[in-house]
Amino acid sequence: MSRPPARRRIVTGAWYALLGIVAFVVLFPVLSALTRSLLSDTEISSFPPKLLPFPPHFGSYPRAFAQAPLLRYLLNSAIQSTLVTAGQLLTASCAAFAFAFLRFPGRNVLFLVFLATLMVPWEATIIPNYLLMRALRWTDTFAGLSAPFLGTAFGTFLIRQFMKTLPGELRDAAGIDGCGNARFLLSVALPLSRPALGTLAVYSFLQTWNQYLWPLLVTNNNLMRTVQIGITLLQDEERFMMNTVMAGIMVVLLPTAVLFVLGNRQLIRGLTAGAVKG
Amino acid sequence: MISMTRQHAHAARLRRARSAASLLEAFAYLSPSIVLFAVFVFVPLVTTVRLSAFTTDPLGRVSAFVGLAQYARILADPRFVHSIGRTLLFAVFTVPGTLIAGLLLATLGTLRLSKIPLFRMLLSSPLAVSAATASLMFLDMYHPGLGILNYLLGLLHQKPVPWLVNETTALPAVAATTVWLQTGLNTIVLLAGLQDVPQVLHESARIDGAGPVRAYFGITLPLLTPTLFFLLIVDVLAAFQAFTQFHVMTRGGPNGATNVMVYAIYREFYFDGRFGIAAAQSVVLFLIMLAFTLAEFRFFERKVQYA
Repeated sequence: MSRPPARRRIVTGAWYALLGIVAFVVLFPVLSALTRSLLSDTEISSFPPKLLPFPPHFGSYPRAFAQAPLLRYLLNSAIQSTLVTAGQLLTASCAAFAFAFLRFPGRNVLFLVFLATLMVPWEATIIPNYLLMRALRWTDTFAGLSAPFLGTAFGTFLIRQFMKTLPGELRDAAGIDGCGNARFLLSVALPLSRPALGTLAVYSFLQTWNQYLWPLLVTNNNLMRTVQIGITLLQDEERFMMNTVMAGIMVVLLPTAVLFVLGNRQLIRGLTAGAVKG
Repeated sequence: MISMTRQHAHAARLRRARSAASLLEAFAYLSPSIVLFAVFVFVPLVTTVRLSAFTTDPLGRVSAFVGLAQYARILADPRFVHSIGRTLLFAVFTVPGTLIAGLLLATLGTLRLSKIPLFRMLLSSPLAVSAATASLMFLDMYHPGLGILNYLLGLLHQKPVPWLVNETTALPAVAATTVWLQTGLNTIVLLAGLQDVPQVLHESARIDGAGPVRAYFGITLPLLTPTLFFLLIVDVLAAFQAFTQFHVMTRGGPNGATNVMVYAIYREFYFDGRFGIAAAQSVVLFLIMLAFTLAEFRFFERKVQYA
C-alpha cells in the first residue's frame, strides 16, 4: 500500500511548500512591521517602498525608547498583568475547589450565577465601573487598572472542569488521613491541577497585556499608561517616522510572543479539556 | 414512638447544623469571587439600566427621570441608527471570513508531517498580537502613498485605493484587520477541536474506501460542528464589541462610515459626558447581542451534532 519513497518525498515537499506560503501570508503584517522597523529614516519614506531591510538600521529601537517612556509603559503593563493573573489564579482556584469538591446547599444555583457573568458584555457595565473608579479616585492607579478583572468565571469554569476529572477517591483518602479541606486544596488538588492553572495563567496574562479600552479610560497620566495605549501615542506624536513606531511595536510584541511560543501547547491542551466541551 | 421522633428531630438538627457549616465553609472559598462579581458585574449592570432612564450631569449623577423617552430619543437619532447599521455590516464582513479562514488554517494543521507542531503555532500566531499593535501594522500597510498594499496594486497596474479615508473602503479595511486578528483564536480553538476527532473513525472510513476529502466532509466536519457553533457565537459577540481597531485606525470616520455602536457609546460618555444616553445605547447594544445569540441557538444548534 505504501507509496514509493521518491514520490512520497515529493508529496511531503509540496505540503511543506504550501504550509510555508500560507504561514508567510498569515505572518505578513508582522514581517512587514519587522522589516520597516529596520529601515533608515530616508528608506522608510521612499517610494517604491524598500521591501527588504538590508543592510538593517537598528537606530529606530533606541529612539523608540528615547522618545517615549517605553520602559515605563512596559513596567506598568507587567505590573497590571501580573496582578490580574495572580488574582485570577487565586480567586478562580478557590471557587473552583468549592464547586468541584465541597457539598453545600445551593451549589448548582451559585454555579449558574457564576456562568451568568460570562453573558454580561463589558459595555453593559463599563460606564458605572468607570464612574466608580473616578469616585474612588482610583484613576491612574494599579488598583484601578486591575481590580475589575480579579474575578473570572471563565477561569473558575476551566479549573473546575479539570478538578472534576481528578479521582474522587483522592478526597476520601485524604479525609481518612485527617486532612482538612484547606490542606487538601493546597497539597493535593492544586498541584494536580497545574495544567489547568498554566492554561489560565497564559490566557489571562495575554488578555491583560493586550487590553486597550479599560486602560484608555482609567489612565490620563502619561507615566501610568500601559504599552498598548503608549504605542498608539507614539504613532500620534511621530506621524511620519513609522520606523520608530514599528520598532516600538516589536518591543511591545516581544513578551507576548515569547509567552505564546512557550505556552502554545498548554493553551491548546487547556482548550481541549475545558473551555469548548462543556 | 416518642424517642423515635426525638431521634428524628435530633438527626434533622444535626443535618441542618452540618449543612450550615458546609455552606459557611464553601462561602469562605467563594466569597472573593462573589464580592468581585457583585461589585464589578451585577451592580454595574443594574446601574446601567437605571442610568438609561435618567438624564445625567457631567459627573454621572442622575438629574431628571425621563424613562423610556430616552430610548425613543436615541432610536429617533439618525446618527445612532446609522451606527447600528454599520455595526451589523461589520459583523457581516468579519464573521464568515474569520470562521472560514480559521477552518482552513486549522485543517492544514492536521497534516501528518514531522514539523507540523511548528506550523500549528505559526498559523495561530495572530492570537499573540494585540488589537492595538495589529491596527498600527495595518495602518502602515494601508498608507495611501507609501503603504505596501497600494504598491502591490501599482505592480498590477491598478490605481491606488485610499483605504481608510474613503467612505466605502474604510469599514471593509478595518474588517480585514479584524479577520486577521480574530483568526488566531479561531484557528487554535479549531485545532483543539480537531485533536478530539477520534482517529479510529478516520481509519474505519479509510477501510470503507472513503477518500480523504470524503472523510473530511463526512466525518471530521460534522464532528467539528460543536466547535464551529461555539466560535460563531464568540465571533459575532466580538464583532459587536470591537473598539480598539476603530479607535486606532479611523476614530469613527470618515463621515461616520466606521462609527460603530461601541465607538458611538464611548464618544457619548467619555467626551460628551452624556452618561444616561450612553447607558441607554449600551442597553440597546446588549439587547441586539442577546437577540443574535438566541437566534443563533434557534437556527443553528439543530445542525450541531453533539457526539
